[in-house]
Amino acid sequence: MKESNMDGLQTTATETEQQLEDMAKEMRLANDGLLEQDKGYFCDVRPHRVEPYKGIMESFANWARSQSLWILGFGTGCGAIELRPLMTSRFDMYRYGIQARPTPRQSCVFIIGGYASVKTLKRIVRSYEQMQGPKFVLGLGSCTVNGGMYWDSYNTINRIDQYIPVDVYIAGCMPRPEALLGGFIKLKQMIREGKCEGMNKYIDDFDWYKANQKQIIHDWNMPDYNW
Amino acid sequence: MATERQERTIQEVKDSDPVCDGQAGLKFVHVGADQAVAYITRLRDVQGYTHLVFFTAIDYIEDSIFRLTYMVHNYASRQDLGVQVDIPRQGATMESIHHLWPHAATYQRELKEMFGIDFPGSPGVDDSFILEGWTGIPPMRREFDTKLYSEQTYFPRPGRVTHDTAAYMKEKLYPSEAETW
Amino acid sequence: MNEIMTKAWYTLISLFVITNYGLLLGGTMARVRAKVQGRIGQPVWQPYIDILKNNFKRTGIYHGVMFYLGPVFRLAGGLGTYLFIPAVYGSLVFSNFSFSGDLLLVMYFIFFGQLGMALGAGQSGHPYSPLGVSRGLAQMTAFEVPFALSVIAIASQYQTLSITEIVAAQQGGILNWVAFTNPLAMVAGMISFLGMSMGNPFSVVIAPQEIPIGPPTEMQSSFLGMLQTNRAIFNGAKLVLFMNLYFGGATNIGVMVIKTFLIYLYTVIVDASFPRFRTDQSIRFFLGIPALIGIAAVVLQML
Repeated sequence: MKESNMDGLQTTATETEQQLEDMAKEMRLANDGLLEQDKGYFCDVRPHRVEPYKGIMESFANWARSQSLWILGFGTGCGAIELRPLMTSRFDMYRYGIQARPTPRQSCVFIIGGYASVKTLKRIVRSYEQMQGPKFVLGLGSCTVNGGMYWDSYNTINRIDQYIPVDVYIAGCMPRPEALLGGFIKLKQMIREGKCEGMNKYIDDFDWYKANQKQIIHDWNMPDYNW
Repeated sequence: MATERQERTIQEVKDSDPVCDGQAGLKFVHVGADQAVAYITRLRDVQGYTHLVFFTAIDYIEDSIFRLTYMVHNYASRQDLGVQVDIPRQGATMESIHHLWPHAATYQRELKEMFGIDFPGSPGVDDSFILEGWTGIPPMRREFDTKLYSEQTYFPRPGRVTHDTAAYMKEKLYPSEAETW
Repeated sequence: MNEIMTKAWYTLISLFVITNYGLLLGGTMARVRAKVQGRIGQPVWQPYIDILKNNFKRTGIYHGVMFYLGPVFRLAGGLGTYLFIPAVYGSLVFSNFSFSGDLLLVMYFIFFGQLGMALGAGQSGHPYSPLGVSRGLAQMTAFEVPFALSVIAIASQYQTLSITEIVAAQQGGILNWVAFTNPLAMVAGMISFLGMSMGNPFSVVIAPQEIPIGPPTEMQSSFLGMLQTNRAIFNGAKLVLFMNLYFGGATNIGVMVIKTFLIYLYTVIVDASFPRFRTDQSIRFFLGIPALIGIAAVVLQML
């Protein structure tokens, strides 16, 4: 009786080990789209959630984040034309601490400027994943909400929030730069209230987002997660 | 039974003169698929049509043909000439003109992707142009239901309504404006 | 022991002051540029918030040991430049580690940071980083020529390589400044300063439109925060150096603020009024008239 009990325990232990190994394997990304010789260049570790600080520290960090919004200078659709006037003397986004950065590594706000074709979405996903967290997404124009005038197109996605998390939508076709500034002020408010946890949401629902992306991006020749 | 459009084509090939389609400086001529490249080469080398403005296709699914249009331009006489060539939809293939204008290869690559018209020998014609990894039927063919495809693929947001523009404007926004339409 | 502790305190105070001064100066000048363009511009304290935000980033990626060390070398270059320049002449706190051959060491440190950055940027693997670095080093080699000639002229004028002695020799009235006793050296030096501050005619190194901001393309999060801090210190150090070499140094901190502000304003005015040179154009420019002016200054001293 005693011995069989021990046996049972041992089996459970080996099973648990096996399960742990399996889990560790599952936690690695497959990077299926890459060529065999390229796989070494890219990370195969799943992104992990980073918890916010507690209390006053997080409030202070959020205040600093909200006062210094760096836009990724990537115009993904016709809406990008509305970003240029923001720099001019008439709208002057620098007043609000908003600056444009040319590289995704340094920027924290991604503006999806209107329609996103499948080809662009691939670049959007790569750029979004290369940005360092916390990162925020502004959906500019009706096309990001429900497809807008391209809702029945064979090549244009309907809802950007199925592929990356979105914090603020700005409806309109096209929204004026004033509306864009209004969206920024709304975003600032939300950041200060600690509501913009889009990056953690992306990591929590990573499999869902990846499945949606891979459903429409047929030639997935990039890593599963870009660092 | 030949339709009206095909009859016109046959007649115009007989004439073999450029036919004016109403607009000044713009003429269209219909040529058979086997003579088209020779005719365009002659236009470029002898008659001074040195510029390929665009090269596109139209899907006449009722007649089961693709109508290719080579638009060429003569800088000396400021004349545009559209060379129209009908090819059958089934197994659509056309001779390439990339040796006349190198940039024609890009148009041909696009036509291969959007209509499935093959241009054997054209450089990079099988590479994807904007649809990366497209597996279905070419989307510009008219039997392709783009609305259905979009609804099945792209997660349509529920609650979308479509208004008749004039009626909606009249009702909601600018009643006086709507009347003038 | 006590002396060393006092010196350490003084150094920390001096660094604290120059960092904050550099940051505030950067914010002020961004506002000046905004006024030139008819805008209101960012708040003066925006550089502080940017650095805070970058340091508060939750994630950061690294590409290897040199990638870590790149910003460290850059910061070491900035600190080294500043710590060997006497910021305020005759002040105990702000005289830093000035010694008899410090001018040569400072010139070396100005180059050092860029070289360290080159190593770090090279390891990031991004093609735009080495592109920016090679542009930066090429341009730097070019503007070092008039600057070195100008320094040689001053060194032979006062028969010393110590910045403190050069400042001491300029005391006693405006007419004793190098700007008036040796105007050719001043002109060559101030033109090379335009290149050193990477203002607009010579801003191709960090051209955001073509090579996304050059060497720091891959730098993010706290790496970038470190680089921004260094930029403030390095800017302050360069301004203080040029004030010491050509404009008689400063006997108190108020004079230092006024003089460095005006020197910086001069580069901002040039920056706001000129379009950008290509790399080859800026190299040709520096090796042309500024180098000739520098040679003339040296020859006049030797005569």
